Amino acid sequence: MTISFLILATLMIAGMVAAMGMRNLVHCILALTLGFAGLAALYLQLGAQFVGLTQILVYVGAVAILTVFAIMMTGSAGPIALPVFSSTWTMGGVVAGAVFAVLAWTIHFGTASRKSPPPQPEATVRQIGDALMHRFVLPLEIIGLLLTAALIGAVLVAMQEKGETP
Amino acid sequence: MSPLSCYLLVSALLFSIGLAGALTRRNAILVLIGIELMLNAANLNFIAFWRYGPDPAALTGMMFAIFSISVAAAEAAVGLGIILAVYRHSRTTDLDQLNSMKG
Repeated sequence: MTISFLILATLMIAGMVAAMGMRNLVHCILALTLGFAGLAALYLQLGAQFVGLTQILVYVGAVAILTVFAIMMTGSAGPIALPVFSSTWTMGGVVAGAVFAVLAWTIHFGTASRKSPPPQPEATVRQIGDALMHRFVLPLEIIGLLLTAALIGAVLVAMQEKGETP
Repeated sequence: MSPLSCYLLVSALLFSIGLAGALTRRNAILVLIGIELMLNAANLNFIAFWRYGPDPAALTGMMFAIFSISVAAAEAAVGLGIILAVYRHSRTTDLDQLNSMKG
C-alpha cells in the first residue's frame, strides 16, 4: 500500500460518496466525474494504461455528458424541496452495509490475496490490439453488434411516439 | 495487508456505495448511476486480479474489463432512454411516485 494509492482511493471514494449523497443532481454529476477520474488514475497506477484512458473517454466523457443531458431533459436540475432519499432508505442502507461487511470479511480471511505480488506486467496497446484481433476477435464482433443494437434501441425508446403530446 | 486485498477492499467499498445509492435515492437517474458504480467496482476487481494474478501476459482480465466497459456504456444509453420515456409518460422521475404498477 503506497501513498499514491491511498490518495487516489480516498479521492475516488469521496467523489463517489458525494455523487450518491448530494441534493442537487448537477453537483452529483460533478462529484461523479471526480470519482470516475480517480478510478481511471487507479487503473493507471495498476499499469493498465489502455483501460485507464478508456475509462476517462467513456465515463468522464460520454456517460457523464449523457447523464447531464438526461437531467436537463427531465427538468431535475436545481434545488429540490422534497427529501432526496426514498421512504425506505434505512432498509437500503442496512442492506448495503451488510453487503460491505460480508465482502470485507471474505477479503480479509480469503486465501487469494496471500501471495507475494508479481513484477509489473507489460500491456502495451500493440499487445492489446493483437489480442483483440486474434484471440478475442469473436467477442469484439459481438460487442460491436451489441453496441449497435443498444444505440438503435435507445433512440427508439426515447423517440417521441406518434400522436403523443410533447 | 497485501496490495491485492487493498484494491479488493476499495472495490468492495465502491460496490457498497453504489448499492446504497441505488437502494436509497428517489431519483431514477441517480439509481442508474448507482448501478454504474457497481459495474465500475467489478471493473476495478478485474484489473486488480489481472495485475496480481498468476498469468498477466494473457491479458484476460484486461480484455474482460474493456468488454465490461462497453456493455456498461450500452446499458447507460438504454437506461437513460427508458428514463426519458418514463418521464414523458408520467412527468416525474421520482421513484416514490412511480407506483402505478403497485398492487
